[in-house]
Amino acid sequence: MSERGECPAGAPSRDGHVLRPEPPERAGGARGPRASERAERERRPGRPGAAVRAEPVLRVSDLDVTFGSGTGAVRAVRGVSYEVRPGEVLGIVGESGSGKSVTSLAVMGLLPPHARVTGSVRLTGHEILGAPEKTLAAFRGKTISMVFQDPLSALTPVYRVGDQIAEAVRIHRRVSGEQAARRAVDLLDLVGIPDPARRARAFPHEFSGGMRQRVMIAMAIANDPDVIICDEPTTALDVTIQAQVLEVLKRARRETGAAIVMITHDLGVVAGIADRVLVMYAGRAVEVGPVDEVYYRSRMPYTLGLLGSIPRLDVGGRRPLVPIGGNPPSPAALPPGCPFEPRCPMAVPRCAEAEPPLEEVDAPGHLAACVRAGEIEAGGSPPARVQRAETGGRTAGPAAAPERPARPARDGREVVLAVKDLVKHHPLMKGTLFRRRVGTVRAVDGVSFDVREGETLGLVGESGCGKTTALMEILELARPQGGTITVLGRDTSALGARERMAVRRDMQVVFQDPLASLDPRMTVYDILAEPLRTHGTGDPGPRIRDLLRLVGLDPGHAARYPQDFSGGQRQRVGIARALALEPRLVVLDEPVSALDVSIQAGVINLLEGLKSRLGLSYLFVAHDLAVVRHIADRVAVMYLGRIAETGPVDRVYDSPAHPYTRALLSAIPLPDPERERARRRVLLEGDLPSPADPPSGCRFRTRCPLFKTLDESGRRRCADEEPQVRPFGEDHGVSCHFAERLNVV
Amino acid sequence: MTITDEELAEQRAGLDAVRVPSRLRVVAGRFFASSQGRAGFALLALMFLLAFAGPCLGRWSYTDKDFTAFLRAPSAEHWWGTLQTGADVYAVTLRGMRRSLVVGLLAAVVGTALAAVVGAFAGYFLGWTDRALTWVTDLLLVLPAFLVLAIMSPLFAGGQWPLFVLVLALFLWMVTSKIVRSMTVSLKEREFIQAARFMGVPPVKIIFRHVIPNMSSLLVVDATLNVSAAILTETSLSYFGFGIQPPDVSLGSLIADGAKTAVYAPWTFWFCAGLLIVTVLAVNLVGDSLRDAFDPTARKGRQ
Repeated sequence: MSERGECPAGAPSRDGHVLRPEPPERAGGARGPRASERAERERRPGRPGAAVRAEPVLRVSDLDVTFGSGTGAVRAVRGVSYEVRPGEVLGIVGESGSGKSVTSLAVMGLLPPHARVTGSVRLTGHEILGAPEKTLAAFRGKTISMVFQDPLSALTPVYRVGDQIAEAVRIHRRVSGEQAARRAVDLLDLVGIPDPARRARAFPHEFSGGMRQRVMIAMAIANDPDVIICDEPTTALDVTIQAQVLEVLKRARRETGAAIVMITHDLGVVAGIADRVLVMYAGRAVEVGPVDEVYYRSRMPYTLGLLGSIPRLDVGGRRPLVPIGGNPPSPAALPPGCPFEPRCPMAVPRCAEAEPPLEEVDAPGHLAACVRAGEIEAGGSPPARVQRAETGGRTAGPAAAPERPARPARDGREVVLAVKDLVKHHPLMKGTLFRRRVGTVRAVDGVSFDVREGETLGLVGESGCGKTTALMEILELARPQGGTITVLGRDTSALGARERMAVRRDMQVVFQDPLASLDPRMTVYDILAEPLRTHGTGDPGPRIRDLLRLVGLDPGHAARYPQDFSGGQRQRVGIARALALEPRLVVLDEPVSALDVSIQAGVINLLEGLKSRLGLSYLFVAHDLAVVRHIADRVAVMYLGRIAETGPVDRVYDSPAHPYTRALLSAIPLPDPERERARRRVLLEGDLPSPADPPSGCRFRTRCPLFKTLDESGRRRCADEEPQVRPFGEDHGVSCHFAERLNVV
Repeated sequence: MTITDEELAEQRAGLDAVRVPSRLRVVAGRFFASSQGRAGFALLALMFLLAFAGPCLGRWSYTDKDFTAFLRAPSAEHWWGTLQTGADVYAVTLRGMRRSLVVGLLAAVVGTALAAVVGAFAGYFLGWTDRALTWVTDLLLVLPAFLVLAIMSPLFAGGQWPLFVLVLALFLWMVTSKIVRSMTVSLKEREFIQAARFMGVPPVKIIFRHVIPNMSSLLVVDATLNVSAAILTETSLSYFGFGIQPPDVSLGSLIADGAKTAVYAPWTFWFCAGLLIVTVLAVNLVGDSLRDAFDPTARKGRQ
C-alpha cells in the first residue's frame, strides 16, 4: 500500500527525509555519549554504577511460545533471549502482535495452559519456566512483579486500596495486619499519592487512572522485588499523567534497585527511561543494544523504519514521514526468510532465503538480525540515506512531493468553519425513581476557533477536556446550547432540512477506530456507496473505484468486508468514505491514534497529500501533540472545556505562552535518548479537575506551576477572574493573565 | 477536486468496472456454500413438497373415512395405517403438516419482523416513540395470549387462517422487541451509525440499513425458535379445540389425538410427531446457516 499516495506532501529536504535523532554532541569526540552517560549515572544516585558487571537477575534464553498445534500453530514468540541486571531498565519495543506482551506473560508464568512454552527463564539463578505453581507463587510479587496496562481491571473493585497493598505485603512476609497497613501507607506515600493515610481507605473507583497506576506500582514494589515487568504502564494515560507515572517508576527503581523490563510501543518512553532496548518484530528480537546505540546507530532496517515513521514534536517544518510499507506478517503465516523482508526497503534476494541470526555488530552489546547490518554499519548512513538509496521506488520516493502551494494570506481565505462561544453542558442526574439534577458537567464552556480554507486546525487536549464534545456539536449541525457554529458561511441554528443536507455534503468525518466506524455487515463497496446514494448519485461504481485508488487501495478489494483489511487499510476506507462527496471540510477525530506507528505514518502522509491535492480543510482532533505538529497549520489547546492557547503550530510549539501548553509539551517523551535525558520537565501535579466542578477563575490554576510563583494579588486575580483568550503577538491567543511572565518560571 | 492527467489516464486504463455482488447475493452464496445450509434447505423443501404434493400420491383424501379399516397398522392399502375413525393417516398427516408449516413459518417471520421494527424504532428514536411503543409492548405482555386466542378462535373457523397467523404472531414478538430495543440503544452510539447520521442518511434508512442487519444473528435465531414456538402454540391451541377446527386438521390436533392411542397403535402418533421433529430440525439448520451467512465474521471451515 505504500506505492500509492504515501508521500505526496511536504517539501523535499536536502538532508534526506527520515528524521533520525542526532546526538547533539556527537561531533565532540571525547564529549560523546559516553560522557553524558557518566553524567547521567551521577545524576541518578540510586543506580549502581557497577550494574553492568553485576550478575543478571533475570535471564531469558531461547524463549519460544506457541499457541495451538499442527498447521494452525501460531508461534507468538520465537527464540527471544535477554537479560537484565539490577537497577537496569530494559525497554522492549514493538508493534502490536510482535509478541512483546506474550514474552513477559511467559516470564511470569501467566500464559494459559494451552500455550506451549520452551526455553529457559532464570530468575536470580532459579529456573522458573515449568516450575510448579507453588514455586512460581513464591516468586511472583516477591522477586518479580508486574504492572499492567489497565490499572482499573488490575485492582479488585470491592476492596480498599490500602488493604490490597497490605495483602500483597502479607502474602510474602510474616507481619501483623497493622504493620502491613502501615507499610501500605508508606508505599502510597512513596508513589506520590497525597494524603496517603486517608487515601489508603478509598476504593479503586475513587482513584483516577494515573492514581490507580501509582497504586499498581506501589503493589509491585511492596516486597522489594528484583525485577519489575511493566506492560505498557502508561499507554492508557494522558501525557501529563504519563510523565508523572514515569517519574514514579524511576523513583521506584531508585528505592528498590530493581531491574525494570519496560514493554511499550512508544519509542519516546523508552528513550527516556531505558538503558538498553530490545526491538521485537514478528515474535523475534531483531535488534538489541544500549539505548543510544539502537537509536543513533541502528543496524536493522526495521528499527530505522520505526524511528523514521514517528512524527516528531521537536521538529517544525514539514518533512514527510517515511512509512514502512505493507503490514506486519501474520504470526500464523510467516515468510521463510527474514520476517521483515517483504516490507524492507533494503531487501536483497538473500534475505528471503533464511532468517538472519541475531549477531553482534561492532559495538559491544549491540546485536542485530540483518544480513546487511554490516553494510548499514560501514555506510554509517543515516536511515534517510538507507531508505532512499535502497528503495528503488519501493517506498515511492518523494519526488512528487508538492511544495506547499502559495496561498493568499490567512485573512484573505474563506472561513469554512467558525465556532464562537460554543457551550455544551450535560445535566448531571442522580436517583433512579426521582431523577433530580445535582449538577452540570461543563464539557464545553465557551470555545471559539475558526478554520479557513485549505488549512488544518489541530484541536488538542487531554481526555476530558471537551474536544470530542465540541466536535460532536459541530457535526450535529443543530442549534448549540450557547454560541454559534457557522459551517461554510451558514449558521447551524437557522438551517432548514434541505440546507442541512447540503452542508452535510460539504462536511465529512473520519473517526478514530476504523473498525467501529465501518459497518461490519457491509462490503467496502456498499460502505462507499452509501454517501453517494444518499446524496443522489446514480451509479456509484466508477466513483468508488476512483476513491479506492485515491486512498491507495486496490479497487478489486471493493467486495471485501472491513474485517478483511488491516487497521491502516480500514482507516483508508474510512477516509475514502469521507471524501466520496468531495467535501470541503473534513473533521478528523483522532484518525491515527488506533494505528501502529509504522502504519500511522502512511495514513498521515495520505491525509496531507489529499489535503493539498483536493484543497481540503481539516479540523484535526487529537491527543498526540507530535502528530498535530506534523499535520496542522494552526493549533488550539483545550483545557477543561476552554481554549487555553491558540495560534500557528510552530509558534505555539516553539514558544508556548500558556503554562498548560508548556507543561503538555514538556510531558511528551521524545524518541531521542540524549535530548530526553537533557530535558527539564514541567511536571503538573494532580489530575484534571472534574468538569462538573471546575475551579473558579482560571481553570488551570489548581495545577499551574506559574500560579505558585505569583504573589497574593496575582493569585487572587487567577482565582476570581476567568481569563479570556487574548491576543498575544500576531495570530496567537492565550487565556492566561500572566502569560508574559512565563519565561520567568 | 483536481486529478492530474496522468491519474486520469491510469483510471481509464483500468476501466474494469468494480463488480460487487449485492448483499442478498452474498448472503445466498454463503448460505448455500455451507453443507448444513444446503441440508436444512433441502429438508425443508422436502417437507413442503410432501405437504403440498404428497396428498396427490395417496388414494385417500383427508376427509375420506375407510369404514372397513379402523385403527389398522400400515399396509399397502393405507401406507401409514388408519385412525380410529377410519381416516387415512398419510392423508391426514400431510394435510395437517400443510397447515402447520404455513402457520408456523409465517407466524415466526411476521413475529420476528414486528419485534425488529418495533424494537429498533423505540431504541433509535427514544423519547415519545419509545414510550408509546414500550407501552404497547408491555400491554401485550400482560394480556393472557392463550385466552385472547381462545376467545377469538371462532373467527378462525371459517378458513380464516391468515388471521390466525397474525394473532399468533402478535403474541410472539414482545420479549424479542425488548432485547432489540436495548441492543439498538447501544448500537446507536457506534461510530458507523454516527457516520451515517453525519452523512445525512435519514433515520428510517439507518434503521433498515445498519441497525437491523447488525442484529441479524439475534433475529435469525429468534425466528428459528419462533417457528417451533408457533407450531407448538398452534398445536396446544388445537389440542384444546381452538385454533384449527375440524374437519381441518393440523399437526397439533393429530398429535393430541394420536397421543391417546400411541401405546397400542404407534402409527397414529409417530408419523405426525416425527414430521414435526424433522420440520423443526430443518428450520433450525436453515436458521443456523442463515445466521452464519449474514455474519461476515463467521468463518466456516477455518483451520
